[in-house]
Amino acid sequence: MSRPFSPKVVTASDLLEGDVIYLAADDTWVRDLAQAEVLTDEADADLRLLLAQSQPHRVVGAYLGDVRPGPDGIEPAHFREAFRRRGPSNYAHGKQEAYADV
Amino acid sequence: MYEYTEFDRAFLAERNAQFRAQVERRISGALTEEEFRPLRLMNGLYLQLHAYMLRVAIPYGTLNSAQMRQLALLADRWDKGYGHFTTRQNIQYNWPRLRDVPDMLDALAEVGLHAIQTSGNTIRNVTADHFAGAAADEVADPRPYAELIRQWSTDHPEFQFLGRKFKIAITGAEADRAVIRAHDIGLQITEQDGTRGFRVVVGGGLGRTPMIGQVIRDHLPEADLLPYLEAILSVYNLLGRRDNKYKARIKIMVHEHGIDEVRALVEDRFARIRPTFTGHDRQVLQDIARHFAPPAFDRAPTDAFDAGYAADPVFRSWADTNVAPHKAPGYGIVSISLKAHGATPGDATAEQMRVMADLARTYAHDELRISHEQNVILPHVHKAHLPAIHATLKAHGLATANIGLISDIIACPGMDYCALATARSIPIAQEIAMRFEDLKIEHDIGPLKIKISGCINACGHHHVGHIGILGLDRAGVENYQITLGGDATETAALGERAGPGFSAEEIVPAIERLVHAYLDLRETPEETFLQTWRRLGLAPFKAALYPAQAVAAE
Ligand code: HEM
Ligand code: SF4
Repeated sequence: MSRPFSPKVVTASDLLEGDVIYLAADDTWVRDLAQAEVLTDEADADLRLLLAQSQPHRVVGAYLGDVRPGPDGIEPAHFREAFRRRGPSNYAHGKQEAYADV
Repeated sequence: MYEYTEFDRAFLAERNAQFRAQVERRISGALTEEEFRPLRLMNGLYLQLHAYMLRVAIPYGTLNSAQMRQLALLADRWDKGYGHFTTRQNIQYNWPRLRDVPDMLDALAEVGLHAIQTSGNTIRNVTADHFAGAAADEVADPRPYAELIRQWSTDHPEFQFLGRKFKIAITGAEADRAVIRAHDIGLQITEQDGTRGFRVVVGGGLGRTPMIGQVIRDHLPEADLLPYLEAILSVYNLLGRRDNKYKARIKIMVHEHGIDEVRALVEDRFARIRPTFTGHDRQVLQDIARHFAPPAFDRAPTDAFDAGYAADPVFRSWADTNVAPHKAPGYGIVSISLKAHGATPGDATAEQMRVMADLARTYAHDELRISHEQNVILPHVHKAHLPAIHATLKAHGLATANIGLISDIIACPGMDYCALATARSIPIAQEIAMRFEDLKIEHDIGPLKIKISGCINACGHHHVGHIGILGLDRAGVENYQITLGGDATETAALGERAGPGFSAEEIVPAIERLVHAYLDLRETPEETFLQTWRRLGLAPFKAALYPAQAVAAE
């Protein structure tokens, strides 16, 4: 029996900005995890990752990151992904800064 | 200070133009990331967790005020208004955009700074004692040799594709402030029977397999430095392993072959190389040495210092803790702490950089140093100026009197920035500093070095901390392992693992138990943590760290 597939998102770094981006269902890249496409099927996830990897002029280092359902929608399964989503803990920089602006 | 020649300037300009074109080709899609990555790394550009990171070399840790001001300008214009000084005498900018990096490099070149060989399998930025040229206990200033090594190794065709990165550190004093025993090659200037030479240490390193370097030559004649280094490098280039990245450092070669075999190979190679060095390097060294002539020291009275010292306890505490003995009468070496309690170790804002630059220009013969302990040094300060300097530092959050104390923590960027991290280090450093500040006992504790790394690469030197903390990922949770008894100085030692790790919530209380145990165990207030450790060993400290287990075992 194969292992159950845990939900994933395609994530990468933006080539120009270097910041964290996620692949959305409409093939665009978004900066907010909440807008990312959640992949629950392994074959589908592999295809989406291939699509990301075919855009070297736009993204760097695309990979599949684990997510899980949380009270406010999906959330990262691992603390490393949680930091990527939020920014560093010593200053309110990174994505938390962007949120503070709105 | 070393001034660039026409050749240096032209080289840098060409190198920057090359990189600008490479960035353009990457953005246009002409270069893939696989092609671009080694090129950007050669120019100090990393891609980290949240952004690119630019690492700028500060050769042998020496800066003038114009260079420091330029570092501030980069922080303001292309980053978020601050920079991070590292254990390798570099500064890292955490938020540059790819398109801006060529402009940043050009701005650095204006003041003779660059990011070359701050990454990649090359000879990296040569680090030196941050008190070089000033310390009372020094045989000679090591920086002319560091600069000679830099010129010899920069773009050296034989050493651009080494098996792995290669780090050289140099000191001119017996008291080792440059951690030379934890470098691929460590050099100490020595004097025997009136002749100058080097004690050469090889095969040290931290990272996943930490090792203390061993002496390969006790007194290398001064004139043989470059041919001997070249002999070591070429033996390593041939004999060092390339099959496994983790075994490719020279420390593994020394470990596997033994120091005696390595020494024999190096001596053999040296005998063949030596005749090819016909004296040009000696000429270059003489030219370089002129740039490092000591400043014209003032012979002024120190009354202002004495008055301030008598009158102001805050100033007195700072002067006692942060000012070290200078070789010139009436002078002191000022360490400016970048470890305000609760701040990020090694970070300075652009404004703080400018304040330090101005102080250097006004009071300190225009010189600054960056220490591997992530602080900034004013190496030549007449004591009469200390009260004024202290007042300015205080006004800018730079007067923390904690050099060498428990809150003067080395911490790597950890998982707040670093893509390789397994846990965070910065918040742990912040919490420890805050906790002991609340307890108001750090001056009572005395000299104690805590060093924190966010993964086994050991950029935070945890193996050689009196207390080392290593952040790991244990089943998806941050976990912190403690090592005890490490030492980064001339009595270098690797710390011993204390036992199972602690969670992020448990680690600060664990450190507190450890320190209270030391306070109870020390024979006199003068006995340092390290001395107590050496006298008693692990057992009593372990009991303090793991009280529950100690009870269970009874
Ligand atoms: C943030 C990006 C960084 C990356 C990707 C990085 C990467 C690494 C790696 C892979 C090693 C292990 C090398 C080996 O064992 O062969 C290492 C070691 C080391 N790094 Fe870093 N590092 C980073 C930041 C820093 C910083 C901020 C410092 C200074 C605070 C630093 C100083 C060192 C030192 C001192 C060592 C251990 C000494 C040795 O090479 O044996 N690094 N680094
Ligand atoms: S020790 Fe690890 S986490 Fe810390 S800077 Fe080095 S590579 Fe990154």
